[in-house]
Amino acid sequence: MLRKLRHELFSTPGDGVLSLGLLSLLVLALVGFLRWAFHQAEWAVIQANSTLFAVGRYPLDQQWRLWLLTTLLVGAAGLSWGLLRAHPRSDREGVLWPRNDRVAAAVLVVLALWLPFALRLHPGIQARWWGLAALLLALRWLAGRHGRQLPSKLLRLVPLIWPATYIIGMVLISGGLGMAKVPPSEWGGLLLTLLAASFAILLCFPLGVLLALGRRSELPLLRWASVVYIEFIRGAPLITLLFLGQNILGFLLPGGLAPERIWRAAWVLTFFAAAYLAEAVRSGLAAVPAGQVEAARSLGLSYPQALQQVILPQALRVALPSMVGQFISLLQDTTLLSLIGLLELLGVARTVMANPEFLGKNAEVYLTLAVLFWCCCAALGLGSRALERRLDPQTIPSR
Amino acid sequence: MTVPVASTSSVMIEARAVEKWYPNGFHALKGCDLEVRRGEVVVIMGPSGSGKSTFIRTFNALEDFQKGQITVDGIALSNDLRNIDAIRREVGMVFQQFNLFPHLSVIDNLTLAPVLVRKRPKAEVSEQARALLERVGIAEQADKFPGQLSGGQQQRVAIARALCMEPRILLFDEPTSALDPEMVREVLEVMQNLAADDITMVVVTHEVKFARHVAHRVVLMTDGVVVEEAPPETFFTTPAHERTRRFLDQIL
Repeated sequence: MLRKLRHELFSTPGDGVLSLGLLSLLVLALVGFLRWAFHQAEWAVIQANSTLFAVGRYPLDQQWRLWLLTTLLVGAAGLSWGLLRAHPRSDREGVLWPRNDRVAAAVLVVLALWLPFALRLHPGIQARWWGLAALLLALRWLAGRHGRQLPSKLLRLVPLIWPATYIIGMVLISGGLGMAKVPPSEWGGLLLTLLAASFAILLCFPLGVLLALGRRSELPLLRWASVVYIEFIRGAPLITLLFLGQNILGFLLPGGLAPERIWRAAWVLTFFAAAYLAEAVRSGLAAVPAGQVEAARSLGLSYPQALQQVILPQALRVALPSMVGQFISLLQDTTLLSLIGLLELLGVARTVMANPEFLGKNAEVYLTLAVLFWCCCAALGLGSRALERRLDPQTIPSR
Repeated sequence: MTVPVASTSSVMIEARAVEKWYPNGFHALKGCDLEVRRGEVVVIMGPSGSGKSTFIRTFNALEDFQKGQITVDGIALSNDLRNIDAIRREVGMVFQQFNLFPHLSVIDNLTLAPVLVRKRPKAEVSEQARALLERVGIAEQADKFPGQLSGGQQQRVAIARALCMEPRILLFDEPTSALDPEMVREVLEVMQNLAADDITMVVVTHEVKFARHVAHRVVLMTDGVVVEEAPPETFFTTPAHERTRRFLDQIL
């Protein structure tokens, strides 16, 4: 270990000076940051407004619905995680608890135990977070241990829990079915950010694939329409489109689809991201050798079958990293919604900082925002890398 | 070694005066004729760029052609898509670059088309697929992915994949040209065993030994023209054309 360090950091005098300089800079920065975080910063602004940051002005007496949704999401996540480990790819040896999973579980436990406590959240809420973390790990453990015994018919239904949870979640958030309605104008904070981002990500994906196929189509009209759409959207700044969307989407989309500003903004995000996604998918399509289509066609597959079974699976795997990059920037682009007056994370943050009670606490607020966004993006990135590994036709068994 | 084919057996592939121009104007096929009977093994040889790959790729409509006519197993090749699909179901193809589906396991490579195209039950096809893998000598690789196999193994999987559709005709487009020398033999052996069955085979290859011992007829193509067509003994010892003699001088 020591020898390795010495070899990597101090192999020549020049390297040594550089290493020492960088190390001392790092230490200085860290010490400065920690001193600020623990002595100067006043985290009361976060503690007092934690609910606002999380869900905006969502009515207090209806927030149990959001807790229920969080529980469902955590349950679905734990179940899927465990089942994925219980069913490794046919050519690989399964490891129930690979090192990455052990690290993730440990980080999760520390965060769930320490963060609510450090932020001095209400004891009831602290307990809920502990409960959620426990539920996640328990389901992960159970599904990993007993996932292999499940009948394969049941297993094939498992991926459906995600769309089901999404639909249930939409109902829970907006109300109806006997629950009080909560209009979109009262959604805010992280809830609104995640809602707008997930809506746009889910819908821009099929739209982007269709646009990419359209751009490679042999039908001139389809090809030209796709090219014009993609190049028009990519030539305009998102903020312009957002303002434009508030004004014209009401006329363009059929009546019930975009009555609220939030939905109009979410549609604009979707249309915007689809154009960029189409280009990512197009590069993936270009990477699939012509021989693959020929092999599929010579086996008698129709073009749609070849597309679905042979071309798209390979093209999307190649395009996956740049698609996830697109999703990550889409998530961050939701902050622009604050400029059209929506109270997503940044919008809430700006109202909090405008409150005379918390004047001058910008650093604390922005840092919290940055960490929240970083967590969401890191989750996306981790998920995509796991997916890449699972889909990679070349990889050797992972430890 | 060569098995004579009864002259009464029916014609599986009939190509008459086939002409093809590529979009850039290149005249690739200049009136090619070929007749292949049921159970026959025909080897097409020729220098590279002579149009032999293009020719056999017209038999399952991977390439179109502008003049002439091709009839495969009684179905005339035309622009009718239903005819093309029907022909492709009966004609298997093995490619120089294997063209296995890298995102599917070996067994799924084999079962994909029979399940999707022939609508056969998955369990039944899997059983047949494992038997075919056994036959080409790689039963133990069924659950691996193509990228984890050697070139020779991949080509044998590709042959098994084509066989799994139970085609009446198998086309081979330079099946051993992309292989390391020591893997050529394992693939040729599989092909030789196939030839003993009554499947009809058209093989584009440079493998003289295979042509000598397995083919019923050998065809020489140069510059988009069928120059010579003869049984292997005649083809390799007393060819009728000067062009064939020059070609044989170069490769023997």
